[in-house]
Amino acid sequence: MHHLNTTEFTLVIGLGALVAGFLGALTGLGGGIVVTPLLTLAFGVNIRYAMGASLVSVIATSSGAAAAYVKEGISNIRAGMFLEIATTTGAVMGAGIALRLPTAVIAIVFGVVLLYSAFQSTRIHPELTPDNREPDRISALLRMDSTYPALDGVKSYRVHSVPAGFGVMFGAGILSGLLGIGSGALKVVAMDQVMRLPFKVSTTTSNFMIGVTAAASAGVYLRQGYVDPGLAMPVMLGVLLGALLGARVLPRTRSHVLRLVFSIAVTVLAIEMIYHGISGRL
Amino acid sequence: MTGIREGWDDKKIEEIVGNLLRAGVIIAASVVFAGGVLYLFRYGNTHPNFSIFRGEPSDMRSLAGIFHEAFILRPRGIIQFGLLLLIATPVARVAFSAVAFALEKDRLYVVITLIVLTVLLFSLLWARA
Repeated sequence: MHHLNTTEFTLVIGLGALVAGFLGALTGLGGGIVVTPLLTLAFGVNIRYAMGASLVSVIATSSGAAAAYVKEGISNIRAGMFLEIATTTGAVMGAGIALRLPTAVIAIVFGVVLLYSAFQSTRIHPELTPDNREPDRISALLRMDSTYPALDGVKSYRVHSVPAGFGVMFGAGILSGLLGIGSGALKVVAMDQVMRLPFKVSTTTSNFMIGVTAAASAGVYLRQGYVDPGLAMPVMLGVLLGALLGARVLPRTRSHVLRLVFSIAVTVLAIEMIYHGISGRL
Repeated sequence: MTGIREGWDDKKIEEIVGNLLRAGVIIAASVVFAGGVLYLFRYGNTHPNFSIFRGEPSDMRSLAGIFHEAFILRPRGIIQFGLLLLIATPVARVAFSAVAFALEKDRLYVVITLIVLTVLLFSLLWARA
């Protein structure tokens, strides 16, 4: 891709980012997880610049899509805000670690996280969260139990295992800062599987939390020179447009089909990242 | 679509949060786009090279440098300023949430939100890597 001039490069990157943003919004996994492998593997961009552009685009994805979700009343704002304590502190620490790691190590960790995201998204489990369990003491104290609009009317749900979810969220924050991603996959795991929020609530609340988490490490990235305006411009605009389109399509899609399709693409990228990291080409 | 516990206030707040996020993103994206057009006019025929990490020059890394470069209408400075506005959007959302929870007299969540805001401001303004 070295023969492209800046105009061509910008347009091609913008188009790729648009597709990434679209898929990221639909799956709740965020566009950033595809943007960095795309930039490094297909365009030979240094992983630190790719992470900077990706992290900025992650903020756009989250804020753009969240604007649509909050009006639908799907996300759980209280649970999201409480868990952001864990994700933001983790993100600042993760960004600090990223500065001290060689790019090959970052690439390998990135690949492993991608593999995990792909694996996680193929695990099919029923959308129905059993609500017959006892109310959880901590989530009651934090008033996290809520309702959401399902296909067959408004359903109420209870939130469980808050400390475990908080711990997983801290890990999600570290990975977010370390890799310049939104860590949507892990955030969804924390809420969907650990805390037992309904899947749609988990993905939208995750999307809504991602921007705040990313903003926490963006300051560190910016001061370390990871954010190049020439690269971040097409990435951010493309991802944003894709995410807005994705948010429009979301209410009409079946989440399990999407997760399967996305996971195949992510698995391929993961193997490439690990291979390139080990062979020292990133 | 909200339960008994979350009444009219929560609904209203969610609507304002949605509008705030949308406005922040639209403004930031417009600034980035405008800077991007100027950038392509100026550098469109050059050949990009992002394969080696050099780090951005200091005027693209500090708030003062970015403000100055954007003020004198340098394309890269304008884009970077737009990206700063984007980073500020979720921070503004958290700040607004703190006010909103205070209006709802939800002290617990005022404290929780202020903790998040403190971490964000610390990392954006003071944290030294």
